[in-house]
Amino acid sequence: MKPAPFDYVAARSLDEALAALADAGEGGKVLAGGQSLVPLLALRLARPDVLVDVNQIAGLDRLVVDDHRLVIGALVRHRAVELDERVRRAFPLVSAAAAQIGHVAIRNRGTVGGSVAHADPAAEWPTLLLALDGEVEVASPRGRRVIGAGDLYAGYLTTTLEADEVVCEVRGTLPEGRIGTSFLELARREGDFAIVGVAAVLAREGDVVRHCRLALSGVGSTPVRARGAEELLAGGPADDAAIAAAARTVADEMDPPGDIHGSADYRRKVAEVLVRRALCAARDEIGTVVAQ
Amino acid sequence: MTEQGNGNARAARGVPIESVRPHQFVGQRLRRKEDARLVSGKGRYLADLVVPGMRHAAVLRSPVPHGRIAEFDASEALALPGVDAVFTGRDLIGKVGPFVEGGRLEISPMLMEKVHPEVKPHAMPVLAADDVHFVGQPVAVVVAASRYLAEDALDLVRVDYEELPVVTDPEAALAPGAPVLHGHLGDNVAAHFVIASGDVDAELGSAPHVYRGRFEVGRQASNAMEPRGVLATSDRGTGDLTVWCTNARPHLVRTFLSEMLRMPLDRIRVISPDMGGSFGTGVFSEDFLIPFVARQLGRPVRWVEDRSENLLVTRHGRDQVHLVEVGYDDDGRILALKDRFLVDAGAYNQYAITVSYNAAAHARNQFDIPAVRLEGLNVLTNKAPVAPVRGAGRPEVTFMMDRIVDIVAHETGIDPVDCRRRNLVRPEQMPYHADIPYRDGVDIVYDRADFPAQLAQLCDLVDYGAFRKEQAEARRRGRRLGIGFSSYMEGSGFGPHEGAVVRVDTNGHVTVYTGANAHGQGLATTLAQVCADQLGVTPEDVTVRMGDTSYIPYGVGTFASRSAVTAGTATGVAAGLVREKALAIAAEVLEVSSSDLELEEGTVKVRGTPSRQISLGEVARAAAPGPRSRLPAGMDPVLEAEHYYVPPTVTWSSGTHAAVVEVDEETGFVRVLRYLTVDDCGQMLNPTIVEGQVHGGVALGLGEALTEEVIYDAAGQPLTGTYMDYLLPTTTETPPITVAHQVFPSEVNPFGIKGCGEGGAVGPPAAVANAIVDALRPLDVRISRVPIHPERLLELIEEAKAEAAQDGRPSARS
Ligand SMILES: Cc1cc2nc3c(=O)[nH]c(=O)nc-3n(C[C@H](O)[C@H](O)[C@H](O)COP(=O)(O)OP(=O)(O)OC[C@H]3O[C@@H](n4cnc5c(N)ncnc54)[C@H](O)[C@@H]3O)c2cc1C
Repeated sequence: MKPAPFDYVAARSLDEALAALADAGEGGKVLAGGQSLVPLLALRLARPDVLVDVNQIAGLDRLVVDDHRLVIGALVRHRAVELDERVRRAFPLVSAAAAQIGHVAIRNRGTVGGSVAHADPAAEWPTLLLALDGEVEVASPRGRRVIGAGDLYAGYLTTTLEADEVVCEVRGTLPEGRIGTSFLELARREGDFAIVGVAAVLAREGDVVRHCRLALSGVGSTPVRARGAEELLAGGPADDAAIAAAARTVADEMDPPGDIHGSADYRRKVAEVLVRRALCAARDEIGTVVAQ
Repeated sequence: MTEQGNGNARAARGVPIESVRPHQFVGQRLRRKEDARLVSGKGRYLADLVVPGMRHAAVLRSPVPHGRIAEFDASEALALPGVDAVFTGRDLIGKVGPFVEGGRLEISPMLMEKVHPEVKPHAMPVLAADDVHFVGQPVAVVVAASRYLAEDALDLVRVDYEELPVVTDPEAALAPGAPVLHGHLGDNVAAHFVIASGDVDAELGSAPHVYRGRFEVGRQASNAMEPRGVLATSDRGTGDLTVWCTNARPHLVRTFLSEMLRMPLDRIRVISPDMGGSFGTGVFSEDFLIPFVARQLGRPVRWVEDRSENLLVTRHGRDQVHLVEVGYDDDGRILALKDRFLVDAGAYNQYAITVSYNAAAHARNQFDIPAVRLEGLNVLTNKAPVAPVRGAGRPEVTFMMDRIVDIVAHETGIDPVDCRRRNLVRPEQMPYHADIPYRDGVDIVYDRADFPAQLAQLCDLVDYGAFRKEQAEARRRGRRLGIGFSSYMEGSGFGPHEGAVVRVDTNGHVTVYTGANAHGQGLATTLAQVCADQLGVTPEDVTVRMGDTSYIPYGVGTFASRSAVTAGTATGVAAGLVREKALAIAAEVLEVSSSDLELEEGTVKVRGTPSRQISLGEVARAAAPGPRSRLPAGMDPVLEAEHYYVPPTVTWSSGTHAAVVEVDEETGFVRVLRYLTVDDCGQMLNPTIVEGQVHGGVALGLGEALTEEVIYDAAGQPLTGTYMDYLLPTTTETPPITVAHQVFPSEVNPFGIKGCGEGGAVGPPAAVANAIVDALRPLDVRISRVPIHPERLLELIEEAKAEAAQDGRPSARS
């Protein structure tokens, strides 16, 4: 379990990192927290020529929390998000999700940018990014660009990032008004990648669902937004029957993978259960989150 | 409930000491001597050992489950700078013997005579030269300047395989036309035996009810915290070999090395440094490969197993299928048990019938079943070889038997605890003659114990009545809680022997040398406690040394819950002999009769005349050879004694476990909320250490019950190659564990000791399964396999619901 040979560049600035990546061409890889990349190196499943360590780059670790907007620098560690009081108040689903990433030691090292870029369909951050209608800002020698969450994920562990692009910032929003959120996941052990994870956001006006977002992990080669169910709920009541119908729609519309932790069929079944529970939890939370 | 140890009153049963001194330090919760060193990171594990000039090895393993090696080509690897050598299986032919049939050595002659097991020999090569039989089988080794380079070179060794048909399921392996792994065996049966007591067929024929079922226990890996490793040096001048290896049986490794490398035993020294766990007996390819390579190259070579290799090949266990017929009556009394079971031995059955016979010998559990018939088969498949892993057959049969008890309870409408009680061997039946031989060939007689009292104590501990109320209350709120029980027997302290040398140096410090070899069991503490009591010193005065063949000529090692019993007894006896010798020498020095002397806290005193005393160091100086010796005539010099304890048979520990679980009916997820145990391991040497053993064992057992499984696909490829897929329970999954004891000192050895190393791992599969079934009542969910995967449980729940709906009543079965 020793990595194949590679060169190592400890970039001191974003420009240095971008230059090193440009030099390396397809053979370069960003090293952030190393919690996904290093195991892949050790198993020789990843064999980059050059590792560009971005940990020393200043300015990639800001964490801005407004009432409805969240801005997270790529180098912010999972643990910092998990423990942030502002996040807990304004984005409780984000705190809940961050707390379910691996174990404390992993959360102390792993970064939000790394997780978003790694694109594990069972991971928390990519799913959150969808639920927050988020976007990432990336830098390359050609300048900066912003990629919407819906355009970022191309397949299993695959993004639309170019080899020389570095994620700088991750941003997301929650709708205004009376909202409720929840994040639930089913994992064989605490800290495992989810068999199925669900992020739910409900905004309500009177008794009617004004807006709904549902994102799921573990049910496809990328994290998915359950648009069909969202539409089903929007404009109607958030009663048990409506929620159950939405959950059923999610299950019907998905095409999950199967593995030893759960077959496609099982994932479909438990996704329905989790969606139902997540929506109920979000509904029940409405009113407890004070938003101006 | 406790029965006093009363060691002083008991005769020194079958051992050459005049009396057994009362326990003073034995039984106390002394802090472990080894902890300060180990916990502060000052242990010396294999990967900490560095020898000047040392090179690093990496092992190439077969990626195919069954195949014929057409060609090896190492030329590219050899051309890589820093690579010293590559040896393939073909380079070893004629130079390293294959594994001796290790397992055959382990069958006791008495058992051979009584049971006539059929065991078919098939040797495993150290490196495969022609055929490979499982993914992970070693085929070549690279030696290089660093492990990194060695692994780079592995990528470059080319091995061409002609793939052969694969069989991964033991039942399929028995079917006509199945691919045969080892042609000369004729089929895939590697071992077979039958044992019986009473007339099972007659009992089954007349029993009011017969249950027929099938129970399966999945394959579990042992996952010692420290993977294995070997470091070997060959003296440039003499060729003498020194081997450090992460192996609980250094003497056995030495014996094998001597045979396989054709060297005198005395020129080989095998040392086990600090070890981060083991989980059982066994020798492995690298134990011989690395010494061979070091000799060939004339330089030290170290190999450290990585976690991938460990998960792939190191000490898989369990993997059994039991097909049972059980006769019982309306009172829930089990009248007969017929069990035909298959142990999926993997590609090489290296331990003969160790696991399968263990399973058979423990199947009857704590229950008084009039007739049993047990037929065991070890079946070969294209998977990694199975080894005896902590529990070694006991968790499997205990799962089977305790599920049966619960099924019978359900079928007869009797409360599960009550049904269990009705079947227990009663105190007045003790000593209970099981009418079948144990693995050592001696007929099984259960040691003193009180099983109903054990169960009653556990019921009190868990507050069974209160739990039933809590359960009903929870159910009203939509939560499904359940409780499940398991009881087990643990034949422990297996022979054939273990020895101890106890020596007092001229400063009065005592050293115990033994062939047992702790790797987490705290023997440095417990043996010091035993020694201190029998010699008349304090545990601080005693250093325990083990894990080195140069310490003592014979040693067996630490596995099979044996070391407290065997090394403990050997140490106690040797210490007693030293005490007797010290008293005799002191009598000479002080010119009194030795019967007027007493030895306490390291000082020999004349009884009633405290001023006349002599320290143990002075006695040791008087025992040294030379002109100042004050030895009584005819006595050998040196204040020391050696004793090899040869147990007449095993001791019988036992225990009863309870699990309280919550089941999520919609997802099949299970959470263990509480776990409670009452065990009887006789006179505890150190209750804290016993409880540590129970805790660790329970964690292993919970993994086995719920999450841990080595899974192969039908093509023979392992799917659980990392800890993302092989799910060890962690602290977050392990519930609070409550441990209580019954103390019935063993009758088998003079100190009353019974083993306790495995019991913790034996109960959880059954206790958890029964708890899940209980949580889901009135649905009749039929769990017959562990680990219980949430997906499978959800299926079972759905099946049970469908059945209940069809019957129109929640739990209708006749
Ligand atoms: C035992 C264990 C359990 C875990 N459990 C979970 C879990 O339950 N849920 C979960 O989500 N994760 C889990 N993880 C993964 C962990 O969250 C990682 O931290 C995360 O997935 C990757 O972040 P990182 O900073 O460690 O990235 P790295 O490992 O350094 O990099 C991961 C990938 O992202 C790329 N990358 C990193 N940063 C950037 C950037 N700024 N721009 C462009 N590309 C970049 C790298 O090149 C690499 O391809 C677990 C890890 C371990 C070891």
